[in-house]
Amino acid sequence: MTTSQTNSLHDDLRQGVRQLCRRFPDAYWRDLDKQGAYPTDFVRAMTEAGYLGALIPEQYGGVGVGITETSIILEEVHRSGGNAAACHAQMYIMGTLLRHGSEAQKAFYLPKIASGELRLQAFGVTEPDAGTDTTKIWTTAVRENDHYRIRGQKIWTSRAQHSDLMLLLARTTPVEKVAKRTHGLSIFLIDLRQAVGNGVVIEPIETMINHHTTQVFFDDLRIPHDSLIGEEGMGFRYILDGMNAERILIAAECIGDGYWFIDRASGYAKERVVFDRPIGQNQGVQFPIAQAYIHVRAADLMRFEAARLFDNGRSCGAEANMAKLLAADASWEAANVTLQTYGGFGFAKEYDVERKFRETRLYQIAPISTNLILSYIGQHVLGMPRSF
Amino acid sequence: MKVVVCTKQTPSTTAVFSVNNGAVSWEDSGGKPNVVNPWDEYAVEEAIRVKENHGASQAIALTMGTPDSQEALKTCLAMGCDEAILVSDPSFAGSDTLGTARILAAALEKIDGAKVVIFGKQAIDGDTGLTPVQVARKLGWTPVTYVSAIKEIKGHTITLERLLEDGKETVTTDLPVVISVVKEINEPRYPSFMGIRKANRATIPTWSAADLNISGGVGAGASQADWSHVYAIPAREGSVEIIEGDSVEEKVAALVDKLFEEKVI
Ligand SMILES: Cc1cc2nc3c(=O)[nH]c(=O)nc-3n(C[C@H](O)[C@H](O)[C@H](O)COP(=O)(O)OP(=O)(O)OC[C@H]3O[C@@H](n4cnc5c(N)ncnc54)[C@H](O)[C@@H]3O)c2cc1C
Ligand SMILES: Cc1cc2nc3c(=O)[nH]c(=O)nc-3n(C[C@H](O)[C@H](O)[C@H](O)COP(=O)(O)OP(=O)(O)OC[C@H]3O[C@@H](n4cnc5c(N)ncnc54)[C@H](O)[C@@H]3O)c2cc1C
Repeated sequence: MTTSQTNSLHDDLRQGVRQLCRRFPDAYWRDLDKQGAYPTDFVRAMTEAGYLGALIPEQYGGVGVGITETSIILEEVHRSGGNAAACHAQMYIMGTLLRHGSEAQKAFYLPKIASGELRLQAFGVTEPDAGTDTTKIWTTAVRENDHYRIRGQKIWTSRAQHSDLMLLLARTTPVEKVAKRTHGLSIFLIDLRQAVGNGVVIEPIETMINHHTTQVFFDDLRIPHDSLIGEEGMGFRYILDGMNAERILIAAECIGDGYWFIDRASGYAKERVVFDRPIGQNQGVQFPIAQAYIHVRAADLMRFEAARLFDNGRSCGAEANMAKLLAADASWEAANVTLQTYGGFGFAKEYDVERKFRETRLYQIAPISTNLILSYIGQHVLGMPRSF
Repeated sequence: MKVVVCTKQTPSTTAVFSVNNGAVSWEDSGGKPNVVNPWDEYAVEEAIRVKENHGASQAIALTMGTPDSQEALKTCLAMGCDEAILVSDPSFAGSDTLGTARILAAALEKIDGAKVVIFGKQAIDGDTGLTPVQVARKLGWTPVTYVSAIKEIKGHTITLERLLEDGKETVTTDLPVVISVVKEINEPRYPSFMGIRKANRATIPTWSAADLNISGGVGAGASQADWSHVYAIPAREGSVEIIEGDSVEEKVAALVDKLFEEKVI
């Protein structure tokens, strides 16, 4: 399976990631899933091989490649049967710091993030009463002399227990005092190693997948004033800047899942004999797999188109969102078809289909739900009225 | 002191083979069809460690093969070798192990300061394991096979541990040496992303027959191996029979009868 925009570095990169992933076979992920454990060895291998520093410029100790190459890394992890969610955020959360942080912040943090010495892979945006509608967050940061005082609560803050640093979106100006709801929000970089036990409590949330997500409570946490990233009040703009990258990378994970499912489904359909012939000989089994494959391939093209625009510094909001929607739908379709193709065996954990099925379902909802993408396209691309 | 690792490009372990009119071909739907010979990954890792831990100035990867063997050399660079050299010439095609050894020995003589040459145990395709000792013989250097640890390199000597069927053996010998290593020697590192990118941009020098001072015959003409009849392994035929019966005793009795009938017992 090849795509239109590949070059020899991409081929070498795919080969390299595959070589690494081969040491983390299905059974590795299956056991972790059973125990709800964090893939420490896998994340260490990804860190040591420098993959998690892909987007960090060379001057800060990273590899300094584009979103295209980074997306290939994540695609390959998912295509191998693994899941990159335990570490993908280490690749892109630093983007906010890179684009809007001060030179001092960048020089201090980025090399340590590139080497893996510091993990910045938690981003607290969502709150119990503010998911899709981010501007409704009520976590506040109030400036007092040389520090900020933080109160509030975040939910679904993934990997907070496996992160040294956390990026936080908090309101710095009350919503009544700003012209637009999107104003008055700010981004902070919090050192969790100091914060936990001193105003921060982290509680894990058990979920349908092995995801290490948490609730984070802030009860008068004091942080130094230079924890602020960029300008006060500009936080919403800053997170929007990072979203296109995230959309493209998540799309790539879905594509990887999609290809994994298609490989499994088509392989099983060729081998499983029922009524004296392979089930894949029945068009009722064969066509849905072919259809799902076509959708994965099409989504893949949109993902590379979005990545190309991103890497050339062009606006890519529409393409990044469309890639995310197409890819999430395609991987979910492929998952469903694969489970159906496997019949009862699809439910047996040893085939990994049910695990990947649960995992790929997430992308219909997080990091952005399908409906919100449709409303983005309806409103911003097609000029129809705003629905909320 | 330089350390040189000799590596062969071989089909990947997941490649699927076919034979058409005596010609072997293979493909791998899961990735590149050709890779560094898996046994040689340990040799590459050890060469890099000789540089890191035993003061070699450079780790150099050397391959004799067709121009597309550059792929394997790129992997060596990505893992951390400083340099890679491809030895390639149409006249080398069809060389047997002795021809291969003559070519590699000539290339090694051209590398100034090479004192430790590391090979894998065997190639997963040719599988003879002859090349390392033949190269040592051609160079007149000491061969040490089945090495499971490089203990020390001091002055003009090297101390090695060998893993043999009935135990381990520690050997100290003079440099230069040609060694072949077993998989117990180390855990090969992954190519790093930085390394992959560096390797992707690298141009790998190619030495041809004219660049080398080869003694003895090479190529198909000089080969003692006969490749004139290559065919796919015939599919094995067999059938499964499930023995029916009302009780375990009855089934076992039927099974024993059958085994007698077939003269298995
Ligand atoms: C496993 C997991 C990990 C996560 N990790 C993080 C993280 O690290 N950091 C973080 O900040 N957040 C994280 N999230 C949160 C995620 O971003 C939110 O769940 C997501 O944005 C949706 O918000 P919500 O759950 O509050 O849904 P709601 O906003 O309550 O929406 C519920 C449903 O209603 C639909 N809906 C809402 N409004 C409209 C409308 N106007 N038109 C049409 N449909 C609408 C939505 O599409 C959705 O399907 C994670 C979530 C999960 C499940
Ligand atoms: C497609 C194909 C066609 C062939 N055609 C012929 C033919 O026509 N006539 C014939 O006689 N033989 C032929 N051979 C066999 C070939 O001669 C041997 O593969 C070669 O000499 C190496 O021997 P080996 O594979 O047994 O390696 P081994 O001796 O098992 O390898 C041991 C170690 O030697 C090193 N090594 C081996 N080869 C090389 C190399 N080329 N460059 C660098 N290091 C190396 C590696 O470190 C390896 O781990 C062919 C092989 C193949 C795959």
